[in-house]
Amino acid sequence: MKVLTANRLTDGIAVWYADGGWADTVDNADIAHDKAAEDRLEAIGAAAYAGNEVVDVNLIDVSVVNGVVEPVRLREKIRAAGPTIRNDLGKQAARAA
Amino acid sequence: MYRYDEFDHDFVQARVAEFSDQVQRRLAGEITEDQFRPLRLMNGVYLQLHAYMLRIAVPYGTLNSKQLRMLGHIARKYDKGYGHFTTRQNIQFNWPALSDIPAILADLASVEMHAIQTSGNCIRNVTADHFAGAAADEAADPRPYAEILRQWSSVHPEFSFLPRKFKIAVTGAERDRAAIQTHDIGLHLKKNAAGELGFAVYIGGGQGRTPMVAKKIRDFLPEADLLSYCTAILRVYNLYGRRDNKYKARIKILVHETGIEEVTRQVEAEWQELKDAELKLPEADIRAIEAYFASPQLSERPEGDEAVKLARLVSKSFSDWLDQNVVTHRHPDYAAVTISLKGIGEVPGDASDSQMEAVADIAEKYGFDELRVSHEQNLILPHVARADLKAVHDALVDIGLATANSNLISDIISCPGLDYCALATARSIPIAQEISRRFSSLERQREIGELKLKISGCINACGHHHVGHIGILGVEKKGAELYQVTLGGSADENTSVGEIIGRGFSSDEITDAIEQIVETYLGLRLNPQEKFIDAYRRVGPAPFKEALYAGEAKAA
Repeated sequence: MKVLTANRLTDGIAVWYADGGWADTVDNADIAHDKAAEDRLEAIGAAAYAGNEVVDVNLIDVSVVNGVVEPVRLREKIRAAGPTIRNDLGKQAARAA
Repeated sequence: MYRYDEFDHDFVQARVAEFSDQVQRRLAGEITEDQFRPLRLMNGVYLQLHAYMLRIAVPYGTLNSKQLRMLGHIARKYDKGYGHFTTRQNIQFNWPALSDIPAILADLASVEMHAIQTSGNCIRNVTADHFAGAAADEAADPRPYAEILRQWSSVHPEFSFLPRKFKIAVTGAERDRAAIQTHDIGLHLKKNAAGELGFAVYIGGGQGRTPMVAKKIRDFLPEADLLSYCTAILRVYNLYGRRDNKYKARIKILVHETGIEEVTRQVEAEWQELKDAELKLPEADIRAIEAYFASPQLSERPEGDEAVKLARLVSKSFSDWLDQNVVTHRHPDYAAVTISLKGIGEVPGDASDSQMEAVADIAEKYGFDELRVSHEQNLILPHVARADLKAVHDALVDIGLATANSNLISDIISCPGLDYCALATARSIPIAQEISRRFSSLERQREIGELKLKISGCINACGHHHVGHIGILGVEKKGAELYQVTLGGSADENTSVGEIIGRGFSSDEITDAIEQIVETYLGLRLNPQEKFIDAYRRVGPAPFKEALYAGEAKAA
């Protein structure tokens, strides 16, 4: 399973592709379950990059835990949550608030 | 300290205007990311995991209060209320929006600061001994020469597209606090028998995936020849340095593959062409730059001894701090103070906006408006009257920056690691925090004595792990973080690269392993005066391997 992630051009904030747009969290990202879906996401990423919406576009591995999308690699888990050393920073800060 | 002249102001303003225009064109979609990336990197703008990162130059680590206050202002207004001081004596902000960066650079320019050449394959921020101008043991202040190098290297047309980045460090003392032998060029400012100033010149040092200790190619280069000789080195490197493989592109690889004798011959031959031409530094120009770094008027303050003696009696915390974080100044009534950014369990090198502002106030009130950033990620007040030390200590206590741990095991260098960095393979800050907490007892730390522990979250070695007495390198193995330990590194006048001690440790095991290493050292040192690094050099890795891995061998 993969989802599409990038950083927004204007502020660099990590975003994930969901429901036809770029969401601030990974939670409801569009999941590609097969190669065709991955290709579709990749094309969307390439178009968004070319359209100067986002930079550093990547497909990343995820799993679904209790209905919520969760990245597999630690690097992507940290991008999705924020620094592990400061719960008041990154996406996790908004969740805690 | 150095003050911008009209040319400097115009130059920095022009760069702010140029980059602001580039940012606007990027945001408007007029230029692509591929076109923009090299431009943003030349202006210190990286893209990290969570956001952009802006790295701001602090030339040779020297700041005044107004500048530090501005950094606090930027942290508050444009970032998330803190900044991270780096091993290149710079500061990084981890969350700026690209759209805000023109405004940040304009604010920086208003206090004579910028982010030029903090990235890219050019000559980076020149670093220097953080006690420069204050140290009792220096031949002369190295900063005027660092400033001359800064002026020469800024947008140098010949050296703006080198095979790879290029780092220069300068020290003015026999005791090397600037890690010059880990640099592409290391300069040791000293006096010859005739009392003239000049440099021992080292080249080819570096860390990263292929750590190398620099080799001395000149024992005494007259000061007037500084730029011509550095130009000769850069020319040889620019011509012969590899461009086919970025991992083999640093000058250390050229020196290693070509041999130091041949590289030296090439440098000397090139220098013969340059040495009597326009790069020869006129005496008057050197002295003019030197004048910017004139010492503040240090009036006699003989009451300091008595004041310190009395304060020691009433405050153990002051006494501990005095013993650990205060060093001798060339003037007997003064001292240089290390403000530890390594509070127990804190993030090494981080300071909040309000801490920056408060430290700026302290420097203004008690420190002649002078501050330094050390490559060990601390702040320094280089000139404090001993009579004012108690007041400075108390002011630091109020802002949580009076931790008495300079040069102890909790004074850890750590790169940002995987918590922020796009290149990192493992986290380094949480490991630093856990080790710091494990060794939180000051009594225990002092019993252990001087111990430089350095952590990097990837092989690029921004956390200087290769030259830590104990070095920790975080890597990713089978999807998990793994920490490799090196022992016996050092970054002083006897620079050495640490040796890998054995298999790595998980994040759950690493702090225990470090404790085991420390206990082993305590058990084998000849006496409490024998430092960790000296003991390691005497006994080698065997006792440490035995302590860490013997149980496994038996179990197997």
